[in-house]
Amino acid sequence: MTKMYDAPFYPYVRHGDQDAARPAHHQVCIVGAGPVGLTLALDLALKGVQVLVLDAGQTVSDGSRAICFAKRQLEILDRIGCGEAVTQAGLAWDRGKVFARERLVYAFDLMPEAGHRRPAFVNLQQHALERILIDRLRGLQDQGVPIDLRGGNKVEAVGTHDTHVMLEVETPEGSYTLDADWVVACDGAHSTLRRMLGEPVAGQVFHDHFLIADVVMHADAPTERLFWFDPPFNPGQSALLHRQPGNVWRIDLQLGQDIDRSAEMDPARVTQRVRAMLGPDVAFTLDWVSIYSFQCQRMQQFRHGRVLFAGDSAHQVSPFGARGANSGLQDADNLAWKLQAVIAGQAPDTMLDSYDQERIAAADENIRHSTRATEFITPKSEISRLFRDQVLALAADHAFARPLVNTGRLSTPCTYDGSPLNSADALDGPEITRPGAACPDAPLGDGFLLDRLGDGFILLTIDADAPEQVTEQGVTAQRLAVSTRDDPSLALKARYLGGAPGAVYLIRPDQHVAARRPAYDDVQFRAALRRATGQEATA
Amino acid sequence: MNSLTLDPNFDNADDFYAALLHHHDRLDPAQSHAFNARLVLILANHVGDQRILSQALQVAADSAGKTA
Repeated sequence: MTKMYDAPFYPYVRHGDQDAARPAHHQVCIVGAGPVGLTLALDLALKGVQVLVLDAGQTVSDGSRAICFAKRQLEILDRIGCGEAVTQAGLAWDRGKVFARERLVYAFDLMPEAGHRRPAFVNLQQHALERILIDRLRGLQDQGVPIDLRGGNKVEAVGTHDTHVMLEVETPEGSYTLDADWVVACDGAHSTLRRMLGEPVAGQVFHDHFLIADVVMHADAPTERLFWFDPPFNPGQSALLHRQPGNVWRIDLQLGQDIDRSAEMDPARVTQRVRAMLGPDVAFTLDWVSIYSFQCQRMQQFRHGRVLFAGDSAHQVSPFGARGANSGLQDADNLAWKLQAVIAGQAPDTMLDSYDQERIAAADENIRHSTRATEFITPKSEISRLFRDQVLALAADHAFARPLVNTGRLSTPCTYDGSPLNSADALDGPEITRPGAACPDAPLGDGFLLDRLGDGFILLTIDADAPEQVTEQGVTAQRLAVSTRDDPSLALKARYLGGAPGAVYLIRPDQHVAARRPAYDDVQFRAALRRATGQEATA
Repeated sequence: MNSLTLDPNFDNADDFYAALLHHHDRLDPAQSHAFNARLVLILANHVGDQRILSQALQVAADSAGKTA
């Protein structure tokens, strides 16, 4: 069977840089053309930064790999002009069920509230996402935007300097050297750059193995997440089922600790396992099979001078909760505007340390959630298994035990509490929009709030006055004036005002709240704008 | 009349569960067993109300063997 990811999607093409007399210079060089690298590249390019993406491969990822993309990530993709394509190509879902043996323990709805443009999750194969991102990149190139992607370009050596980074790049036609002001390593869990810099990752290694099978079948079932503890078709282990576009279903089966990897990869063996799960009457074909185990770990620091790490190269989690690719996209979201501000001279380069602080806090949150889910799914001691089984026994009949059932706490954006870029909360408003939080969406007239925020600094006024723009040391915040009257559903009021009659929010280019007050105060908001660009000490 | 709460009431269920297992981390099975007994007694005293404790005992008895 010929798969769409077999053909080179960005084949190696010789570039003028390879024949240059001296190393060509680039503003930002991104290593790795996965979802994180491509998202970062697009975000930077749209902000006017010249960016080059290098990838050792020449095509999108094989198999489905990351498949669940959360609402916040769709909102990030909206900012770079890809959210609609991803939502259209993907399958939206917000419901799931948990089973123990053959019994339904409970069903859940991830997004019981209305007033968001995007669904809680869409399922889309990683290679399909990558194709959408690359199509967007090519479209920008056609418009003359300085963004490039070079396949068959493998970084062989890195030289770090105070003023720049040298990269030696191997191609099918020999190697060449280039230099970059900034390098971002988006080269995955086995990051070559991390190894070349000799930076360790520390954390917990888990020993259970899991089988992933992408199965093509025609089934008239809803798009929802199904999770089984100890099902009859995989006794003593767990199972997870997700629907993907194109009648492809992701089956995830826990295999246990001591397995014969090659025997388990045998298509006949996999078919037998899938047959046991689906029953004797379902026709299916295997599309892709992989066996994985995982770690919950991260680097000590994500910034190393002019080299920054984003996505799996910096931190890794178990797959339960869809916190891998989703957190990587948030890394890109967090880094792009900061790098742009530093390159444009609007922020000191120490502002990049806030990328470390904010995204390490996020990585720790993701690692904590995914470690706990892993412990619940694969208990490592007798007592842990005992509590797990009794929680499941109680949860079917009693709602109190359901919050203890942990099949993965699904990805939500981290709130950057304690970030040096935040100003002290001066509004007696809702918790969910406190400084550091990602702005929740809300209906606004015929559209939605997040579409109106754009990707620069915004002074959001809700039934409050403020200047049309505020410029402080080269950074401008543009006013967006809205009213609770624009949203009859009152979601805007509930999410941004609470009991307050009005409010003014300073919102960062990544749509996180930097400051909020009941009314505009020129001195305070100018200080907040300086603080949000690393030019003022924490309030 | 007071009755047993069987709706979710945890401030943070995940934090509690992780802390509970953390306490068991270095205990052998007999020690874990004893730890659980002490914990039941401590929580039962906190509840105090015999009618509620009776209901809790019954719920625990009724859920036995449901999946295990």
